[in-house]
Amino acid sequence: MPKTSNSVGLTQTKYFNIEDKILLESGKEFGPIQVAYETYGTLNDDKDNAILLLHALTGDAHAAGYHDENDKKRGWWDDMVGPGKAFDTDKYFVISSNMLGGCSGTTGPCSINPETQKPYALDFPVITIEDAVKVQKKLVEFLGVKKLIVAGGSMGGMQALEWSITNADMVDSVIIIASTSRLNAQGIAFNAVGRNAILSDPYFNNGNYYGEEKQPEKGLAIARMVGHITYLCEEAMHKKFGRRFQYSDKPNFDFNIDFQVESYLEHQGKTFVDRFDANSYLYITKAVDYFDLAQKHGSLKAAFEKTNSRFLVMSFTSDWLFPTSQSKEIVQALIKAGKDVSFCEIESPCGHDAFLLEFETQTKIVKSFLSKGEDNA
Amino acid sequence: MRKASDSLHLNYTVITNIIEQGSKVLDLGCGNGTLLKMLVEEKQCSGLGVDINQNNVIESIQKGLSIVQGDIDEGLKEFGDKEFDYVILNQTLQTTEKPDYVIDEMLRSGKKVVVSFPNFGYWRVRFYLFFKGKMPKSRLLSFHWYDTPNIHLLTVADFFEFCKERNIKITKSVYIKRGKISKNPFNQVLTNLLCEEALFVIER
Repeated sequence: MPKTSNSVGLTQTKYFNIEDKILLESGKEFGPIQVAYETYGTLNDDKDNAILLLHALTGDAHAAGYHDENDKKRGWWDDMVGPGKAFDTDKYFVISSNMLGGCSGTTGPCSINPETQKPYALDFPVITIEDAVKVQKKLVEFLGVKKLIVAGGSMGGMQALEWSITNADMVDSVIIIASTSRLNAQGIAFNAVGRNAILSDPYFNNGNYYGEEKQPEKGLAIARMVGHITYLCEEAMHKKFGRRFQYSDKPNFDFNIDFQVESYLEHQGKTFVDRFDANSYLYITKAVDYFDLAQKHGSLKAAFEKTNSRFLVMSFTSDWLFPTSQSKEIVQALIKAGKDVSFCEIESPCGHDAFLLEFETQTKIVKSFLSKGEDNA
Repeated sequence: MRKASDSLHLNYTVITNIIEQGSKVLDLGCGNGTLLKMLVEEKQCSGLGVDINQNNVIESIQKGLSIVQGDIDEGLKEFGDKEFDYVILNQTLQTTEKPDYVIDEMLRSGKKVVVSFPNFGYWRVRFYLFFKGKMPKSRLLSFHWYDTPNIHLLTVADFFEFCKERNIKITKSVYIKRGKISKNPFNQVLTNLLCEEALFVIER
């Protein structure tokens, strides 16, 4: 058990049910919905010290701490969440939930459709970032929160932006890390390759693979491999693997794994299959692709005119999936809309993954931003 | 011995005195945010800083300021016309790649512009070059020729000419010599010789 003094310790995923149907952005109604969530820290009497953390593509509700004594893996943002950390659980009531369409406790394509008593599979409606936020809003209201801070990296940043626009009166501050107001064509292209890998797996069976002996594992693993390439960068890959061979110091002259980088991708693909659902991957990447604030509101400036929040935007120098130029687009539109914004491009060789790795610099910045300079980390 | 930082501090005080209570200010090349913080605290200004350096950005955020990391040579496109009461460029003009463009952009986005720079026409600077035959170094110009960020050094006379050519009005001038404000308004030739550092408020 990787115990540290400033850990939130043992945590538990809880569940909240939305019985009524909600109206989706596509015009369809959908429900009931179960939401998996975790909370750390305590909500104050004014109910305004909440921070909602929004996970990236394949994250879950388990953002901090560990689930049992033998748990080797901490929550996905454990470096940033805990007593005295960036998201200080001594001060704040921190909430994290699994996204709508996910596969870690919140209703998604692998959930049982109450009407058929079978998993939804591709009968699950196509969802959007706005829909996910709508569900999170219900959770936050259920928890009694009146004012909150929203924070997220990558897809989580998209949700944070959406929060600030659709729930302007509730959101005090927004932290956007390595994110964008719309994915560029290159980003959509990589997601499309991932989806194609899944859709063309012989065991995909039009999404109806639940309970079958054979699963679309190969397709999902390839989708993850493509994803991992985009999360790193040339420098990070070179440092991590170079051209080193995995098992010997010379080529095998066959098509099995030769290079360390191949082995790494295969490992990432294999372990991903154990924890993620192929249908969820389709739905969530689609939601990410559809997200486009400028298109939806006429312009990015028009979108941000609707917010009442103060913003912190961060990007990383080596992130080519969500490049600094896209963060700057957000910052410039916020300035044009007359909003309070700070922006920092953090020097990092870690690619897009930096938002989960470069926690020391992020901690300094986030703490100062949240305390408005009163708590100099 | 006086240090460059004392002189900077005097600068800050001068600028803080010039700027009216509650102004909306944009501080370009704001460094670690010391001046902006003074303006926010002492003059209740609402302010935004811009700096290119990550550590400066972090230090400014730690002071509770709003700051955007960016390169002022790329322009101020995100700022609307006359959006700020004051745009400040303190001791930074000579480090920009396109000073003329930067000044144009400042005059566009600000009602008034505060600009300050070390005067390369100062007699000590002239003497340094004349007698030593080497690129001048001083408290305000502390770098070697090869590592200096000051790539567009100018004199007060250059600045007068620049403003005249472009119909830029100088509404206030403050001359600083050896860490003190020079009270006597010299004629322009003498000013260029005797002031070590100049600060102007300009408008168009």
